[in-house]
Amino acid sequence: MRRLLYVVWLVAFGLGLWGVAERLLFGHRLAGYGSYVVWGLWVAIYIYMSGLSAGAFLLSSLVYVFRLERLERVGKLALFVAFVALLGGLLAIWFDLGRMERFYRVYTSPNFQSMMAWMIWLYTAYFVVLLGEAYLALRPDLVRWSRDPNRSPGQRTLARWLTLGRASLAPEVLERERRALQVLATVGVPLAVAFSGGVGALFATVSAKMYWHQAIVPILFLTGAVVSGGGLLTALAAFAWPQRDAEHRELVALLGRMLLLVVVGYVLLEWAEFSIPLWYGTSPEGHLVRLALFGPYWWVFWILHVGLGTLLPVLLLVLRPKDPTAVGWAGLLVAGTFVTVRLNVVIPAQVEPALRGLEQAFTGPRLVFHYFPTTHEWLVASFVVATTAALLWLGARLLPLMETEVAR
Amino acid sequence: MQEKGTAVQAKEARGSRRKFLRTLGAGAATLWALTVLEGQRAPAEAASGAAGADLPNEREGEDVLLRMQRDLQRALRKPAHLRRWAMVIDLRKCVGCHACTIACVAEYKLPPGVVYRPVVEEEIGTYPHVTRRFVPRPCMQCDNPPCVPVCPVNATYKRADGIVAVNYDQCIGCRYCIVACPYNARTFDAGEYYTDGTPERSAVEKTPSFEYGKRWTREHEAPPVGNARKCHFCIHRVEAGLLPECVTSCIGRATYFGDAADPDALVSELMHRPNAVRLKEELGLKPRVYYLL
Repeated sequence: MRRLLYVVWLVAFGLGLWGVAERLLFGHRLAGYGSYVVWGLWVAIYIYMSGLSAGAFLLSSLVYVFRLERLERVGKLALFVAFVALLGGLLAIWFDLGRMERFYRVYTSPNFQSMMAWMIWLYTAYFVVLLGEAYLALRPDLVRWSRDPNRSPGQRTLARWLTLGRASLAPEVLERERRALQVLATVGVPLAVAFSGGVGALFATVSAKMYWHQAIVPILFLTGAVVSGGGLLTALAAFAWPQRDAEHRELVALLGRMLLLVVVGYVLLEWAEFSIPLWYGTSPEGHLVRLALFGPYWWVFWILHVGLGTLLPVLLLVLRPKDPTAVGWAGLLVAGTFVTVRLNVVIPAQVEPALRGLEQAFTGPRLVFHYFPTTHEWLVASFVVATTAALLWLGARLLPLMETEVAR
Repeated sequence: MQEKGTAVQAKEARGSRRKFLRTLGAGAATLWALTVLEGQRAPAEAASGAAGADLPNEREGEDVLLRMQRDLQRALRKPAHLRRWAMVIDLRKCVGCHACTIACVAEYKLPPGVVYRPVVEEEIGTYPHVTRRFVPRPCMQCDNPPCVPVCPVNATYKRADGIVAVNYDQCIGCRYCIVACPYNARTFDAGEYYTDGTPERSAVEKTPSFEYGKRWTREHEAPPVGNARKCHFCIHRVEAGLLPECVTSCIGRATYFGDAADPDALVSELMHRPNAVRLKEELGLKPRVYYLL
């Protein structure tokens, strides 16, 4: 199984590298998005991964802000997942930029009227807090690892390097750091909420697209972040944990119960999102909702999202709540399929011409109101996912993310 | 005698041919000189405020282009912030020839996927009671433009004269402005050429365009490749004393352009007619393009 995963990763990464080379050599020419559907798969992956990040981070706040002791063991892992997922998301959106080399201008000449500028500055602040928090949470274990003869020389060196020269394990130092960590985590919560809600607001504030221009959209983004991030963390805790003892089973069961709760909560919000514009059949965005639900890509919603991403996990969580494997699969399904929810946010809003007949006024392959990602886009997406997975794997191997001794 | 007569006739014929060619030559030279002078003078005059001296006096039944040209030169004598460029499109006169679209594509050497002024064709009714309507759709240059505040890097902005401009040296290509436009008036330059896949770029594609008064080649992925692009009422032409391409190329004289702040301008007259409407007026964006129904 492990060998198969390595092979899959190698193939995904190799193909991904090809896609990245294409992106760098040919710009946007091989992509399927154009002038009317301008945001495609990479934007969906960006919002998906940034959601995973915010979700995992908010889960970590249960440990570092609210001191939920039963979850303490996943705190560091949650922080690292938040870090890596954000990097993956940023990588995806960087490839999507028309002019990649100008990304820094969002910092040098920001327009704070723009929700996009707000989102960027919020996630930058969030990123800084996240780094600080991860450092404080990991440092005691890093110091221990750097002195542990059972660790490989590489692990010891990396651990020593990451402590940034602070090797003290004195109780007063640890206590001071614990308090600092709590402060940082407390600051991080509103940042993560504002950042993930802000990604939703980026869409919701666009009055030109009725499909996005709904007050519930930022709330859905925030909740979706918790659902997908929670799912991923549940899966990691279930499958990647080194010990398989009673404590592990209890931890996974707790994560499973929490996941069930947020999934059901999300279903409720989603019901509101779709039922309201569909109820009388007279809403201006109703036909776009119908398109997403019953159009040519109906299976994305019904099979991938509702079937595999909601019903099956809920069944697993209800019927086998104490089985770590079942709960882990539920988490994996929820997290893995959540990208379809993001796709169903990004794409349908753009497939309607602003003026009837515009689609035939001046035609060309990029002047169309339909979209399906090209092979090139899938390849670049594969690179992003493979890189993120590799970072996670490296983190799990080289960092004390799943140490049972809690950094206090 | 007959031979002499023939020789005289031939000489006369040669003489009149020479005279004709001389006249033609002189006419062509005058025309060339006028064209060159016009081209050279317009920007200088626009700046000095001496524009309009070369236009014929107003007379009954003249081409509306002449009147708009006079309106334009009058507007250019004012400071930029007192001008309010506006466009009026008479839908009853538009025949759907798409000349404006093509003139615009030619002026800016627009690549595949980029269009500033498509003409939307709409079929109304069912046979036999059927008619067609043609709606040219330039950028509306909204006074309350939704595309401006969304730009994260201030690359798109509203100029003092009301034109919504894009700074190609600043745009990062995030395309947020494109989704924010409720008219689909912005497009994305993905870096393609019509001659992609052929042995050579066409001469036109190698020719620079002069949007916003700067030279843009698109060579080696240079801007505006990767940027959002849109109609700007040919502002570099306008500031040089020339009407926008879509106005001069309109065979039905259905598109009018001028300074809406000038009560004597033709556009002011037309936009205040009771049959003038704006697209999606209910959005409150205050577009500067008026349609006559």
